[in-house]
Amino acid sequence: MRSLRATAASALVVVALVLQVAIFPHLAWEGIVPNFCLLVVVAAALVRGPAFAATLGFFAGLLLDLAPPADHVAGRWALALVVVGYVAGLMRQEARAPAMTVVGTVAASSFIGTSVYALSGVVLGDAVAGAGDVLLVIVVAVMWDVILTPLGLPGVMRLLARLEPVGAR
Amino acid sequence: MRRAGRPSPLPRLLRGYRPLLPGPDSSDQRADRSRLHSRMVALVLACLALMTLDHHPGTGSPLEPAREAIGTVFGPVESGSSAVVRPVTAMGDWFRSHRAMQNDLAELRSQNSRLKAQQATSRYRLNQLAEYQGLTSAADALDQALVPAHVVAYGPAQSFTRTVTIDAGSEAGVRPDQTVLNDDGLVGRVLRVTRTTATVLLIVDTESVVGGRVGASMKVGFLRGLGGLGDHGALDLSLVDQTEAPAEGDTIVTWGSRDGAPYVAGVPIGHVTAVYASLRESSQRAVIDPYVDFGALDVVGVVVPSGTVSDRGVIETDGSLQ
Repeated sequence: MRSLRATAASALVVVALVLQVAIFPHLAWEGIVPNFCLLVVVAAALVRGPAFAATLGFFAGLLLDLAPPADHVAGRWALALVVVGYVAGLMRQEARAPAMTVVGTVAASSFIGTSVYALSGVVLGDAVAGAGDVLLVIVVAVMWDVILTPLGLPGVMRLLARLEPVGAR
Repeated sequence: MRRAGRPSPLPRLLRGYRPLLPGPDSSDQRADRSRLHSRMVALVLACLALMTLDHHPGTGSPLEPAREAIGTVFGPVESGSSAVVRPVTAMGDWFRSHRAMQNDLAELRSQNSRLKAQQATSRYRLNQLAEYQGLTSAADALDQALVPAHVVAYGPAQSFTRTVTIDAGSEAGVRPDQTVLNDDGLVGRVLRVTRTTATVLLIVDTESVVGGRVGASMKVGFLRGLGGLGDHGALDLSLVDQTEAPAEGDTIVTWGSRDGAPYVAGVPIGHVTAVYASLRESSQRAVIDPYVDFGALDVVGVVVPSGTVSDRGVIETDGSLQ
């Protein structure tokens, strides 16, 4: 079960990355695409809590950092998604999360994720756009992620919930 | 009304994590919390370690083999999914309404400006010809060929870098530090290659520096990418000889480096849209609008040495396909 869970989670991350870099750029606005990897991490956080989500966030971020065409200091997306996994995990509830909580968590996570990524670039002296562009990217990315939440997140959450160990709930 | 036993989200954020469920890891909440904290510390430290190791991404980084391995696995997936959606993205042409006319107008305008650019480049060519006249053996100055490739993946704007993946790799004869161009002009250079794909740094990326030459005056300078989102990429030109300012509308072509790496000479880059003179620094800055539409890259060519062994047709200098 444990390996099945890991396989399912990594498959979700790979699909998310392909959507993000190969398919959605055709629909992108100003090159800004929905952050599917972040959505998977948020879904995992809401279903399974911060420990699992932060670990998944680390590996998803690592893939974002290393898979082509990435060319920034590795570990930046990993750190951003670890933070997202932790923060979103705090919002986990005993019952099924109400829709507004899910949307709010996604919006907050998207904001935090992109901001942490941009800030790490400033700290490391990596390439970062001007403040205006950064804000625009953050705002548009939040909107993209929120728009795609009702379309994708319930399915991902249901899948992850089904894989949860028996007795956890 | 909030049910008892379900605390509101905000205090929970402030107070930190307390498992609501006797969660999947343990039944003891305190053990759960400390386990979570140590795991978070481990993950954050792992991230910091990665950043330290990879502080200068490039050939010297210890993470470069990992990049290559993941690229080898992931590149074909990107190429495959991009090939699947290509007919769908091309279908947009079928549903063209009156916007099509506007597009056509824009296209004709860009064609017009391209012709103007060619006219400007011809002055450069004439100058170049004059320079070559002394050389007798300049018969085949451009000993180069093009490997055609599709752009299969784009770096998201959220990453604040302008890079793309193309579906030609070392098997197609592509090597790092080769010039990438399309029919409009210079696109970028190859950063790293895997077996079947290559990562290209676009010239509008803030880390990109290209040696450029003003076509009309043959003055040389450096073009730096200004970042920018979508297709609004622009370049900043600073001339080495700062006494002569480029005029608006002047064409900038690549200056070229030794052995054509990373940039071959004479590829059109863009035209000057604005010139700024700074009296205090007694320098001239110009903003360059690139010819290439970076928001809609599709077919590109990688400049390889003539006679390169490739897994696909290579376009030779005389236009023949090998």
